[in-house]
Amino acid sequence: MKFGVLMFPGSNCEHDAYHAVRKVMGQPAEFIWHQSTDLKDCQAIIVPGGFSYGDYLRTGAIARFSPVMGAVRRFADRGGLVLGICNGFQILLESGLLPGAMLRNRGLKYVCRQVSIRVENARIPFTGLAREGDVWNIPIGHMEGNYTLDADAFQKLERNRQVVFRYCTPDGETTADSNPNGSVANVAGICNPHGNVLGMMPHPERASEPLLGSEHGVRLFQSMIQSRSQA
Amino acid sequence: MKARVYVSLKKSVLDPQGKTIHHSLQNIGFRKITEVRQGKFFEIDFASELTREEVQAEVEKIARDVLTNPVIEEFSYRIE
Repeated sequence: MKFGVLMFPGSNCEHDAYHAVRKVMGQPAEFIWHQSTDLKDCQAIIVPGGFSYGDYLRTGAIARFSPVMGAVRRFADRGGLVLGICNGFQILLESGLLPGAMLRNRGLKYVCRQVSIRVENARIPFTGLAREGDVWNIPIGHMEGNYTLDADAFQKLERNRQVVFRYCTPDGETTADSNPNGSVANVAGICNPHGNVLGMMPHPERASEPLLGSEHGVRLFQSMIQSRSQA
Repeated sequence: MKARVYVSLKKSVLDPQGKTIHHSLQNIGFRKITEVRQGKFFEIDFASELTREEVQAEVEKIARDVLTNPVIEEFSYRIE
């Protein structure tokens, strides 16, 4: 599966994401500059973490207007796989590819640490190799990860099974203490109704080799690859 | 013409920064404050050939499409 990794001014996780899919997963991969509208026949697009456009105005707000995001939207509308990680998730929210918005973390601090997340939906291409209830250890590093959505819209999200990951204890309990940022219902990642666009605050590319302390991120990339090899 | 646009979190959205400022103000003696909300402020200058109505239409579009995220924020503006 050919992966495309977007690059915005201020992205800083694009090389990590490229390394994870290219070197760890052994897949072809290319960087795609934010001014480009050519997705180079990639079968999956990663919108990486960082501080696109310095996080000016709001996180992800300026990146949304980049030429490449128009191409990503058309790609997603055709069913292409789009994975937004951290700032990439924020960009997908601002772009309207995913519902909701991010607020400053509940504690007003940048939080950078390993967290546990529980797989809530294993029926989408990003989690097909997981089982619902699996607990993954994956690091987060963000200031605006406090996901919010009005109550009615959130109910709809839950009904549609669009909550893909929740912050939890190492045992898989979704407690208030295991929620690092105040996110509604411990949400750590959500998908669109079709399940081909995923946004998540934790960084799977930072949990893809033994040296990094966890390989749970590999399951996500492996699921993506497997989903298209069956198709 | 100049537009001044004020963006703030919707009342229904918790504003942790405003709350923190409120607590600090109380701690240093400003005890009669009932609420603090933090927001953003933009000054936008328009070319002089635009009419007031045109400026108003542009400001509303800019505020709605760019300056705010309608999920969490609202705006007000003045034109001078």
